[in-house]
Amino acid sequence: MSPPAQPRLWRHPEFVQGSKDMAGIALGIAAWGLVTGVAMVNGGLGVGLALLMSLIVFAGSAQLATIALIAAGAPLWVVWATAVCVNLRFVIFSAAWRPYVHHRSRWDRLRMAYFSADLSTVLFMRRYPQPEPAPGQWEYFWGGALTNWLSWHTASLVGIALSGSIPPEWGLSFAGTLALLGLTCSLLAGPSTWMAAVVASGAAIAAYALPLRLNIVVAIAAAVAMAIVMDTAARALKPAASSS
Amino acid sequence: MTTSYAVAAILGLALITVVTRGFFFLLDREIRFPAPLERALRYAPLAALAAVLAPELVMLEGHLISTWHDPRLWAAAGAAAWYAWRRTMLGVIVVGLAIFLSLRLGWGW
Repeated sequence: MSPPAQPRLWRHPEFVQGSKDMAGIALGIAAWGLVTGVAMVNGGLGVGLALLMSLIVFAGSAQLATIALIAAGAPLWVVWATAVCVNLRFVIFSAAWRPYVHHRSRWDRLRMAYFSADLSTVLFMRRYPQPEPAPGQWEYFWGGALTNWLSWHTASLVGIALSGSIPPEWGLSFAGTLALLGLTCSLLAGPSTWMAAVVASGAAIAAYALPLRLNIVVAIAAAVAMAIVMDTAARALKPAASSS
Repeated sequence: MTTSYAVAAILGLALITVVTRGFFFLLDREIRFPAPLERALRYAPLAALAAVLAPELVMLEGHLISTWHDPRLWAAAGAAAWYAWRRTMLGVIVVGLAIFLSLRLGWGW
């Protein structure tokens, strides 16, 4: 709340913790950034536009989905509708974010929204599972978000510069997949999380043929629906079990 | 593709990034979700991770793979084993990549 908030942010223990947690998967983030950087130039955007896209869009999957559309000169509404569909998971995340941030100023929420990419959201919700404001949350978020931003953009710029000289058979994007795997493992604690992961995996594979990565939205909806059913059943059974 | 068209497209994409990520909390309007939904939403990030991850590990060009000779499976198993043993993220990525690259480049899978 004091005016010189900025210098203190960097030294806050939760800022440091957030940075450390994100640094653990930065190698995976960097691999994706590299792949996205290469894809933007090879997809026909040219270096200037690729730089602009990388620096201001900051949403890898939406970038990958729209590169070919922009290069082909598709109508703007098609480009934007595609990005909205690919970003639908963020709309769901924003509902999960709401109880943590709705008390903050509009400006705080605006910049926080821009930086709340997938992995920042995942790490934050892992550290603060209770959906209510708590001290340290804001600092933890920025530690992770800025580390994510830095590793993503550094790698993306390197990818733009090196496009064409990275052999595809190295399977660099697999490093990103491994980062996801590690994160998923770290979230699996107890039967309800396993259930959510299994339901989401199955739904994502079953609905894979859907366009615009909508299978991910289907999978989130299936896992959340399953969690509601289990939650309701557990609450309905509890009094019955204690009274018998 | 003209430059002004591409710049307009990219500016719109940046706006979409902010609007989708802040959809339910950018406006001051009071929104109440049913309590069971609010509790269940905490599984959304995990579900999204699993939904991106699972097809990346067991599908190829839109179909389930039907062979064990896929370096991704063994790399994922090794990486998960590392996590169970040491619980470090960097190790998960390094072990997984080492298995993946040695099977792909060394064995030619």
